[in-house]
Amino acid sequence: MIRIFLLSALPLLYSGILLAQLPPNAEEIIKAVDRNLSARTTVLESKMIVHGRRATRTISSKSWMLGQEKAFTEYMSPAREKGTKMLKIGNRMWTYSPQTDRIIQISGHMLRQSVMGSDLSYEDMMEDPKLFERYNAVIDGEEIIDNIDCWRILLTAREKGLAYNSRKLWVDKERMIPLREELYAKSGKLIKSLRISEVMRVGDRWYPRIWLFKDELKLNSKGTEWIVDKIEFDLDIPEKRFTKSGLRK
Amino acid sequence: MMIFRLAIKNLLGAGMRTWLNVVVTSFSFTIIIFFNAMYNGMRQDTLRILLDTEVAGGQLWHPEYDPFDPLTIEDSHSIISEELQKMVAGNEAMPVLVRQATFYMNGRSSVGLMKGIPPGQEIVRMPLKVIGDYSGDYIPVVIGSGMSKKTGLRKGDLFTVRWLDALRTYDADEFEVAEVIKLDNYRLDRGVIWLSLEKMRELLQMPGEVTYIVLKRDHAFNNQADSFIYKDIEYFMKDIDSAIEADQVWARTIFGLLLIMASLGIFNSQVLSIFRRKKEIGTLMALGMTRQRIVRLFTLEGGLHSVLALFVGALYGTPLFYYLATRGITIPYGEEAGIISTGSLYPVFGPQLIFGTMLLVAGVVTVVSFLPARKIANMQPTEALRGKIS
Repeated sequence: MIRIFLLSALPLLYSGILLAQLPPNAEEIIKAVDRNLSARTTVLESKMIVHGRRATRTISSKSWMLGQEKAFTEYMSPAREKGTKMLKIGNRMWTYSPQTDRIIQISGHMLRQSVMGSDLSYEDMMEDPKLFERYNAVIDGEEIIDNIDCWRILLTAREKGLAYNSRKLWVDKERMIPLREELYAKSGKLIKSLRISEVMRVGDRWYPRIWLFKDELKLNSKGTEWIVDKIEFDLDIPEKRFTKSGLRK
Repeated sequence: MMIFRLAIKNLLGAGMRTWLNVVVTSFSFTIIIFFNAMYNGMRQDTLRILLDTEVAGGQLWHPEYDPFDPLTIEDSHSIISEELQKMVAGNEAMPVLVRQATFYMNGRSSVGLMKGIPPGQEIVRMPLKVIGDYSGDYIPVVIGSGMSKKTGLRKGDLFTVRWLDALRTYDADEFEVAEVIKLDNYRLDRGVIWLSLEKMRELLQMPGEVTYIVLKRDHAFNNQADSFIYKDIEYFMKDIDSAIEADQVWARTIFGLLLIMASLGIFNSQVLSIFRRKKEIGTLMALGMTRQRIVRLFTLEGGLHSVLALFVGALYGTPLFYYLATRGITIPYGEEAGIISTGSLYPVFGPQLIFGTMLLVAGVVTVVSFLPARKIANMQPTEALRGKIS
């Protein structure tokens, strides 16, 4: 009886061992990445270091985000930018400048312009970071990045109308967080790159602490660093935070 | 006739006083003509350049298109009506596709416009034939000399262009400057790269789509129901006309001051004449000349200042204006001042301008000559003979 049981269980056991040895599905990896990076709500304080041709500027800000739909950012320093606010609702965006006391809608081609001289565009800031729903993923290989074992994932647009036709991600096998990302145009030309040099533990998730964004079409660009000083997830944010009237307050 | 001869005799007899007034009046006269001729020249120059390079027989715009509102450009493209397609096929109309793009060159980036037109078109002066002859590995474009100066791009230079296609997906490629051309119309030069329409449609995934159409001069298109909106040359001239009109407020103020200066001199000399020539007026009255004829004599004397001023002005003005009208005045203002220009301004002296200004100056001078002369009408001959004015 025992022999019969062992004989019948053997193929199942064998296939289980094989499954454990197989690499995870690319989509599972992307889902895990999304779980780390996305939250119901996010409140964060950060610094953006813009490396210009002549000088380097540091801009600090505080942001409140409600899923991927709504975001509100207030710039705290330097003095020139203090009080500048940005509001994103869906695919619309407004900025408020205290110097002019005016609210301006950013739309159309303005969305592709640089935010405060950085390598980031307004469109980049508005982009939904949830990759799984929008891209098909395949594992392109494995690579060691900064002594960390990573999956190299190739993403191709699942739907029409995405800003980037394809992306390449290097995902930390252990923490399931991208350490590098490359964004490609339809022609295959590399447009932007992203490098994460420090990761932090926040509750039960990993989150990038130091990011380096680079517009790869800009020759000699040193990129823009984005440092997350403090981040909290799933706090209750009042809905009135995300209103146009809140920009003037 | 006697009054006229007497007036001439008195006027010339006054010597230096007359000639000073005449010279000042002639300056006012020539300056007014010159500045108005400059405005005429500017308008005609702009009109000619706009017709040659941009408007031809008028444009038909996509309903969403507004070149002065960058937010409209992204959605301003569609397939044109069959009637317009036939006109395009028959070289009666030129389709233009416009898209915003980011240019990356020499380590810098700037935002501008990609414009696609058929390279062989002959409706406007936009020589893109070099694109048709291009045999390199990149996407050939033509840029204006202003764009070249601003960006540092020269013929043969490579640069990267990034754009959003019809599906709003980023695309980028390497472009080569096939030619740098001189464009008198800065609106077609500043921040614009020109490429083949078919290539642009392919890059943007917009087959057959158009942002606006340029109609051939003397076209027969008259379909008010077409979704594309017709804009004639007057629409394009509105800006320059408004700019000239705004500037003319100041110019008219200066003209007014010049006329006042000239008139004051003549008015002053008339008052002085009447004061100093009381006995002469009394004698003329005693000899039987009516007061009205004497008033006419003095008014004529004053008015003749303007006739002499016209002759004197013509003496130095004619060769000067001829020189300026044929050689032009180099004014490198163009783009900076928002003026469409070849870089040289040719003043236009039409007969209407010259005769109009002549009449204006003569009229003003006659009026200011008459005003002091009115006093003669109240003079008593006996008192005038004694040198008194009642």
